[in-house]
Amino acid sequence: MTSFSAFVADAAAQGELVVQPRMGFADPAQMRAGLLAVRGVRGRTAGTITLDSYTRVGAHDAARRALRDGAPLNGFPLVAHGPDVTRKMLEGVVAQDFPVQVRHGSPAPYDIVRTLLDAGLDATEGGPVSYCLPYSRTPLRDSVREWRRTCELMGEHGPHAHLETFGGCMLGQLCPPGLLVALSVLEALFFRAHGLRSVSLSYAQQTEAAQDLEAIAALRTLAGELLPDVRWHVVLYTYMGVYPRSTTGATTLLRDSVELAVRSGAERLIVKTEVEAHRIPTTAENVAAVRRALDATGRPIDDLPPSHTGVLVEARALVEAVLELHADLGRALELAFQHGWLDVPYCLHPDNAGETRAALDERGRLRWVSVGSMPISGLVRTLPPEALSARSLLTMLTHVERRYDNVLDDIPARLHLTDRRE
Amino acid sequence: MIKAPTALAARPVRVVLSSVFSDAHTWNLVFLQLLLEEHGCQVSNLGACVPEELLLEHCRDSRPDLVVISTVNGHGHLDGVRLARRLRADPDTAEVPLVIGGKLGVGVSGGPDSRRELLAAGFDLVVEDSDPQRLVGYLEGLRRPALPSGRTPP
Repeated sequence: MTSFSAFVADAAAQGELVVQPRMGFADPAQMRAGLLAVRGVRGRTAGTITLDSYTRVGAHDAARRALRDGAPLNGFPLVAHGPDVTRKMLEGVVAQDFPVQVRHGSPAPYDIVRTLLDAGLDATEGGPVSYCLPYSRTPLRDSVREWRRTCELMGEHGPHAHLETFGGCMLGQLCPPGLLVALSVLEALFFRAHGLRSVSLSYAQQTEAAQDLEAIAALRTLAGELLPDVRWHVVLYTYMGVYPRSTTGATTLLRDSVELAVRSGAERLIVKTEVEAHRIPTTAENVAAVRRALDATGRPIDDLPPSHTGVLVEARALVEAVLELHADLGRALELAFQHGWLDVPYCLHPDNAGETRAALDERGRLRWVSVGSMPISGLVRTLPPEALSARSLLTMLTHVERRYDNVLDDIPARLHLTDRRE
Repeated sequence: MIKAPTALAARPVRVVLSSVFSDAHTWNLVFLQLLLEEHGCQVSNLGACVPEELLLEHCRDSRPDLVVISTVNGHGHLDGVRLARRLRADPDTAEVPLVIGGKLGVGVSGGPDSRRELLAAGFDLVVEDSDPQRLVGYLEGLRRPALPSGRTPP
């Protein structure tokens, strides 16, 4: 058995960034070949098994039917394959220097986690808020209950079982960093409260490097204060919003995310490939992205001071307000969303108050337009309501894509906004 | 409630905005809500992965002036036909103006057959090129009192 967090800690001690792709295939042989290809890249890599959509929503019979009929699946159907097939697929793949994480996106992950533990794996990701609000209609209350018993299962498995928060990636774009940091910390605290002793805290690259640096520093500060008895590290995601279409644009954005990881001291990076805007990448494309990211870690990096926009103060206020709501953190999260004390902008889930708005300012930084009922109104300088219109929303959603594709003229209003899910 | 035919010109158009049950994308819905609000609509945004039953119940309760379905996952053609038949079969929603748009098929375009099927199933407008101006144009048509929309108050 290999320990995910020990591997990452060891790499960090050597000053090396761990790079990890997203990757999932239905066929065990293809999945195995993909993992081996990532393992074969020189440098510190971790493997990923991304599960398919049927497994994500608990439709394991549908996944079994698809396997039987040879119908295409968009990931590895872990539960349908079961622990024996999965263990065999992983034989000689997982090693001390190559841990593997399962990625799924489920608000009710108990069966998934049961199976991955039985198959000899012990690392996965998600969270009661981040895998409920963005992509499902599952009531938050149900997700909290399911995540609670899943965490307890992982806790009983042993101190090495590792869980990563997805809370720092909410909706992929247009969520100001103070709320991303708060959600990532709150989910890590939830994991700890229910038995986890090894966690990682996610943050997704946003629109401006200095602001991202400030945000990751805030995340580290709060994790240091609130998780003293837990082994933790920070995992950065390469930009998750509308992706550049040109090879140069996509490669440059990936390189900037590597620089952000190195500057901020993030221990692990989850990369995207240059074909992300068009389709699901192949193994070769994933391996190329991992290799490119690892190569970029060796390049000299200029100094860049973080911004001072109050991310830490804002995140701390949100975290403290939620912790004071109830002794049970799961209940506190439910209450916080009910009161609108946590309110994710542009999130249409029925349990999200939906009173907050955010926009990009003239420097390309994420700012609040409206904080709704969140207890941070005295702490932030909001943009005027005119900052947000249907047209400006499209411009903001494609801000990064256009900047990296060097398209300087205004684009016509278009609707193909695919917020690619995990 | 009896609505005079001219009422829409004077008051906000009440819109129910929704995706189909299989589609988890939401930025398209966020954009359309802003666009519709900017054009004087009062929008009830049901969000992603909306079950047909939920949409139907919501329409029965709120009696909207317009239902807009937006979907980009490529299943819009299949899901849309079923949804429209269901809404048209219910006396409470048989007459409500019904629009669908987005990326409706898995190919480059759903083609004329897909469009014809959606119209036959009960949609009043099918916007396959994702052009929001066509929705705005349709909305202005609804407001024009002289337009013989064929709708009569219940």
